[in-house]
Amino acid sequence: MRVMAQMAMVMNLDKCIGCHTCSVTCKQTWTNRTGMEYVWFNNVETRPGQGYPRTYEDQDRWQGGWELNKRGRLTLRAGNRLKNLLTIFSSPKMPSIQDYYEPWTYDYETLTDAPLQEHTPVARPKSLISGKDMDISWSANWDDDLAGAPELAKDDPVLQKVSDKVRFEFEQTFMFYLPRICEHCLNPSCAASCPSGAIYKRSEDGIVLVDQDKCRGWRKCVTGCPYKKVYFNHRTGKAEKCTFCFPRIEVGLPTVCAETCVGRLRYIGLVLYDADAVLEAASVEDDRELLAAQRQVLLDPDDPRVVREAERSGIPRDWIEAAQRSPVWSLINRYEVALPLHPEYRTMPMVWYIPPLSPVVDVVSDTGEDAEDRGNLFAAIESLRIPVEYLAELFTAGDTAPVTAVLKRLAAMRSYMRDINLGREPDESIPEAVGMDGESLYDMYRLLAIAKYDERYVIPPAHAEQAHGLEELATECSLDYEGGPGMGGWGPFGEGSGGTTPIAVENFQALKQRQTTNTLGDPEDKESRVNLLNWDGKGKPEGLFPPRPGQDRGAPELMDGTDPDAETDPKP
Amino acid sequence: MTTTPDLVLWVVLPYACLAVFVVGHYWRYRYDKFGWTTLSSQLYESRLLRWGSPLFHFGILAVLLGHVMGLGIPKSWTEAVGISEGVYHVLAVGVGAVAGFCTLVGMAILIYRRRTVGPVFSATTRMDKVMYLALAVVILLGIANTVGGNIIDHYDYREGLSVWFRGIFRLDPHPEIMAGAPFTFQAHAVTAFLLFALWPFTRLVHVFSAPIGYLWRPYVPYRSREDRLGQRRGGRGWERVGENRRR
Repeated sequence: MRVMAQMAMVMNLDKCIGCHTCSVTCKQTWTNRTGMEYVWFNNVETRPGQGYPRTYEDQDRWQGGWELNKRGRLTLRAGNRLKNLLTIFSSPKMPSIQDYYEPWTYDYETLTDAPLQEHTPVARPKSLISGKDMDISWSANWDDDLAGAPELAKDDPVLQKVSDKVRFEFEQTFMFYLPRICEHCLNPSCAASCPSGAIYKRSEDGIVLVDQDKCRGWRKCVTGCPYKKVYFNHRTGKAEKCTFCFPRIEVGLPTVCAETCVGRLRYIGLVLYDADAVLEAASVEDDRELLAAQRQVLLDPDDPRVVREAERSGIPRDWIEAAQRSPVWSLINRYEVALPLHPEYRTMPMVWYIPPLSPVVDVVSDTGEDAEDRGNLFAAIESLRIPVEYLAELFTAGDTAPVTAVLKRLAAMRSYMRDINLGREPDESIPEAVGMDGESLYDMYRLLAIAKYDERYVIPPAHAEQAHGLEELATECSLDYEGGPGMGGWGPFGEGSGGTTPIAVENFQALKQRQTTNTLGDPEDKESRVNLLNWDGKGKPEGLFPPRPGQDRGAPELMDGTDPDAETDPKP
Repeated sequence: MTTTPDLVLWVVLPYACLAVFVVGHYWRYRYDKFGWTTLSSQLYESRLLRWGSPLFHFGILAVLLGHVMGLGIPKSWTEAVGISEGVYHVLAVGVGAVAGFCTLVGMAILIYRRRTVGPVFSATTRMDKVMYLALAVVILLGIANTVGGNIIDHYDYREGLSVWFRGIFRLDPHPEIMAGAPFTFQAHAVTAFLLFALWPFTRLVHVFSAPIGYLWRPYVPYRSREDRLGQRRGGRGWERVGENRRR
């Protein structure tokens, strides 16, 4: 047994309202750059729907993930190593920008500088890829809330797998949201596809990252990832992916998507797993056995033998304690209500989902029956084959039994808690019916419904608590002034080439200047700022006060630094 | 008797270009590891690329092998293993022509694509354009040599140009050999060395990251988080020294 720790996430789909706050905050944090306009490390899809990029789940077409070869051994679906190398010059299964969407902006300038005319000027959409006018015909959320579903949803690869009857009835039944980030798999096929070996799994917390200095832009990871969560930055020519916000995780903070989640539906915690058992579990012959196999790879952190082995493999004591308190472990293996997304890709994904129960409850209450009565709910889950089969295609490779079991537990929790809330004697037969006891059902309720911050996120700091401050890895960059070196832009060899200037260098320069200057706190060149800490009160450093009007220093500058001669933009 | 222009063209220029090639790569790797990439434009367009890129790349790899044979292996060696001049000639011209043709067609498709597909063209840097020009000139001259030097007007480069080329690496340059070579061979050699000098400053550097090691390495690489300033060492105060230490 070789115990390793993995940072993992669970999302409670019942609570997702599809507000896209996670997507937007993630985008602002990580991908609001040129070359990444089309990239959403976190996106929220409406199911049924085609997803982003379009029909990414159709692995017959995109060839992502792993499969078993004729001899029963695990190989990349896109082909063995040799084939991978031979197709390096033109990756055959890579989605084009059209499969994601062509990013665009609007020509807002014409709104203000168009000449006087009879018709109101309009801001036309301009492609961010070619710079030309374009027609907007698709985006990351084109089919949000089942928009255009009669035409678009039939291409949903998951829907195509479930029977014709379901396809016929789905319109009147259900819709739910599926937020997706990188799965940080235990058996990542993106890393296995990378010819350069630039994608690696961190041995401490299992986060899968791309080494930007080692990536050579062979694009194989884009094909390799069945979730299409590795993206190609078309300006730098490098692959980029969700980082699980590792700078935040390292200091004990949840990821940006989790922190900003309005529905508080995300849970982050550690799981311990047996690294030696991963390959065997991923090679289970029957797709439907994969869920159980993956659950078994995760180790019980309360088992003394596991704790001993974890200590032996160098996992710190506070990490083991965090793994014992992990909400992710509880939801996956203690309450068994979380399920992995598409286990049949055999990558052992580590972002799990609690399937939604709400549609079932809604349907029952629409009939006028008591929606939280156990009998009614259980019967509804059984009879509503539609969501269960669809959910099963998403989470259990088509096996409906585990999904039904999860939905029953969620329903049982509602019934059981209603008695408690109404001051009635709790009915212990309810938890028994789903194989739990009242206490653990109550604990599950607490974790799912109360969902306190420190219970949702149990993130042990990465033993680097001070690195952030000491290394000046500030979230802001003081070189980011207009035209400064931090602004990036085209280096001699393309976007972003050239080394980065460590922030410490600027401090070094400023210090050197302070120590060698002739004047007191009076910077000679205009670009340096006035350092008030260094000003001894003598004299008046230039730039400290705005020049008085009428002085022979040229045109007066305004307090806010705007140039009075410049044209003022009309306010909208 | 070698004249000064001969000395400059066939001794100074090669050494200068090779020096730029070697030092340039070292510098680029140190200074710009992040920019060391293929700069693929497949995301924008893949219909033309699917044909052009493999044609060009496999063609140029075959051309490279041909050059290793023709320039690197002395004539006496091949004759010693029993390959006669005639056989060698037919082989070289045959394989060389096919490889050259593939390279040429591939390059034509790629240049056409780069110019006509809007997003690809707007992602083309000035350095790319210079590189494309240099590469095209070298390849065209090379094909002219294969056709002209072998079929129309026979020039045995294995007793001429190749000897000079190997001499450069043996630090025993013979400029007089090149002074007597046909013009297209001279031009091919000069432009090729100029291309070498340009090499480290273009996307051509990706040649040196050909991922051969992929065939042997384990599928999933693991890496430990780097030790950083201020990082706490593992283990608590009351734990025994040397126990449960994280690296």
